[in-house]
Amino acid sequence: MKYLDEFNDPVVARQLFAEIERITTRPWAIMEVCGGQTHSIIRNGIDQLLPDDIHLIHGPGCPVCVTPVGMLDKALDIASQPGVIFCSFGDMLRVPGTSRDLFQVKSEGGDVRVVYSPLDAVKLAEDHPDREVVFFAIGFETTAPANAMAVHQARQRGLTNFSVLVSHVLVPPAIEAIVSSPTNRVDGFLAAGHVCSIMGTRQYGPLVEQHGVPIVVTGFEPLDVLEGIRRVVAQLEVGTAELENAYSRVVTEAGNVAAQQMVEDVFEVCDRQWRGIGEIPLSGWRLSPRYADFDAEARFHVATMDSPESSRCRSGEVLQGLIKPHECEAFGTECTPRRPLGATMVSGEGACAAYHQYRRLDVTADPVPVTLSGVGGG
Amino acid sequence: MIGHGGGGKLSAELIENVFLPAFDTSPEAELHDSAMLDVRAADRLAFSTDSYVVRPLFFPGGCIGDLAINGTVNDIAMRGAQPIALSAGFILEEGLPMNVLGRIAEEMGAAARRAGVRVVTGDTKVVDAGLADGLYVNTAGVGIIPEGVDIRPSRARPGDVVIVSGPIGQHGIAVMSQREGLEFGTEILTDSAPLNGLVGAMLDASTDLHVLRDPTRGGVAASLCEIADAAHLGIEFEETRLPVPPEVAAACSFLGLDAISIANEGTLVAIVPPHVVDEVMAAMHGHEFGREACIIGRVVEEHPGVVVARTAFGASRVVDLPLGEQLPRIC
Repeated sequence: MKYLDEFNDPVVARQLFAEIERITTRPWAIMEVCGGQTHSIIRNGIDQLLPDDIHLIHGPGCPVCVTPVGMLDKALDIASQPGVIFCSFGDMLRVPGTSRDLFQVKSEGGDVRVVYSPLDAVKLAEDHPDREVVFFAIGFETTAPANAMAVHQARQRGLTNFSVLVSHVLVPPAIEAIVSSPTNRVDGFLAAGHVCSIMGTRQYGPLVEQHGVPIVVTGFEPLDVLEGIRRVVAQLEVGTAELENAYSRVVTEAGNVAAQQMVEDVFEVCDRQWRGIGEIPLSGWRLSPRYADFDAEARFHVATMDSPESSRCRSGEVLQGLIKPHECEAFGTECTPRRPLGATMVSGEGACAAYHQYRRLDVTADPVPVTLSGVGGG
Repeated sequence: MIGHGGGGKLSAELIENVFLPAFDTSPEAELHDSAMLDVRAADRLAFSTDSYVVRPLFFPGGCIGDLAINGTVNDIAMRGAQPIALSAGFILEEGLPMNVLGRIAEEMGAAARRAGVRVVTGDTKVVDAGLADGLYVNTAGVGIIPEGVDIRPSRARPGDVVIVSGPIGQHGIAVMSQREGLEFGTEILTDSAPLNGLVGAMLDASTDLHVLRDPTRGGVAASLCEIADAAHLGIEFEETRLPVPPEVAAACSFLGLDAISIANEGTLVAIVPPHVVDEVMAAMHGHEFGREACIIGRVVEEHPGVVVARTAFGASRVVDLPLGEQLPRIC
């Protein structure tokens, strides 16, 4: 299938593994920023097949995982209010706030709906003029244009019963925070391809120059990830630090200018709390004053709500690559996908959930190939 | 429109005008409080029931009606039994258009004829508007288990071969493609089909089938996990051998789902001992619902209770029971 099969080819993958093995002479720590890449790596077992000297660190690029608990509590409060239709992407529903999640609100009679596109929430507002429709606008730069478009369209159509709860986050300030941290151990980054498809690659040049770290813009299919790793290792081994684009079938230097303009019209940069990490300056978007009428925090009087994080969850250390998920004492015992302490155990793209789902059993230490020959049929 | 009839007359009209014609029961048939079944020479019966609350009522390739027949037929067939009679119970919402009910009843009748089974007893109740999403259907059924057949999860043995009867993931994706807020264009149709004929053909090839499962909610992943758990054995399979249609793979890719966890309604998982695999596979390939049957893996002694997938690159991962339903009500 076009764009899937050719980036999953095991023969090409073996060549890339061999090439990475050949050029690696010492230990390197490489962070894949995006949760989609983490999922691809763990699901396909890419990390098991890399040389021992290559350490992959799973970064904070899962928007569900970094949405702060306070924002969750605001969502839960709004979703519980009578007359509200609360719309969200599906994977937010099981993320725990302080005492419950959106599924619980739904089971208690709240009208919580999963939408695939924010424009569907606008349509719901049109179809239900007697209800307040609220969309939970989360995500990185990737989801922001569609979310901005929803607000823009709602205004064009004169909808007064539509609002958004905005918790957008930005990748470059997060990378900046990680490389500037005194505990940083990341030698090179795989930047998130879909974020760059919107924003282009330009924002990453200054990070490469100031911090001397290679950054390779990388896609999500297994071969994309392997090619990104190969390019980062190649740079590290010869001691260069450059910005490279290994996802040029999707990403250009300028990015999607129309999408950027839409985002600039509707949102403005702000400081943002990251769940498990804390506040990162200028690392988020909120509604610009021009669209203040669509701000759900003001409309439902939740702007001043504040909630402390779970003290037992070490997702902040996981998100910064300081520990692997299974090194947390609560992993798999107190904290499971069914009863998560933190968001990294909830989302399919969360590092803890990926480890729990695919790695509970250590059958990988000495892989025995499954041979099906001799059983006939198939 | 269905009105709140409060019993008597409305029920009689529904039975006479909608259900009897759909289910091929002659108007002269003696209506009674229960059906009488003739089960001469049957030592063991399989008995199963299931309720259907799928939304929307109609989806690409099927509707709640044929799903309700095929679902219970398949549950019975997974014991190796041939269904002999079904019941159908309807909970109808006030205001449901009569032609919608008529279409669904006709589809049920057609599905029952296709499976070679009769709907012999039924019931209807009407509830207030807003309480039943149009309608809910319950079906139950009994089937006769042939002599010498003993099919259950705990019969899996190390070395047994794991077979999937056809393409996976189509029903779940077909229904999801129609859900409010999630509409996407796809050519994928539900695989909803009665599997009793296929099971009969497999049993003709060998009565020594160890396990059959109907991988509905939770997909093939859930069936394999349940078998591994019940048998206290491990299961290993090769991901590249899974029959995932390209359209299902594409939909899964953009929805962030895994085809192995998506519901099927006309596909089965079989665990068979190695010495009968060739005959069973040949029988499956000769049947319309088993033409694309393939071997995906085997039962092992290692890692009891755990299912392990080998990835295309030769790495491995645990395959888990899916955690609840992200997008509920697909059947």
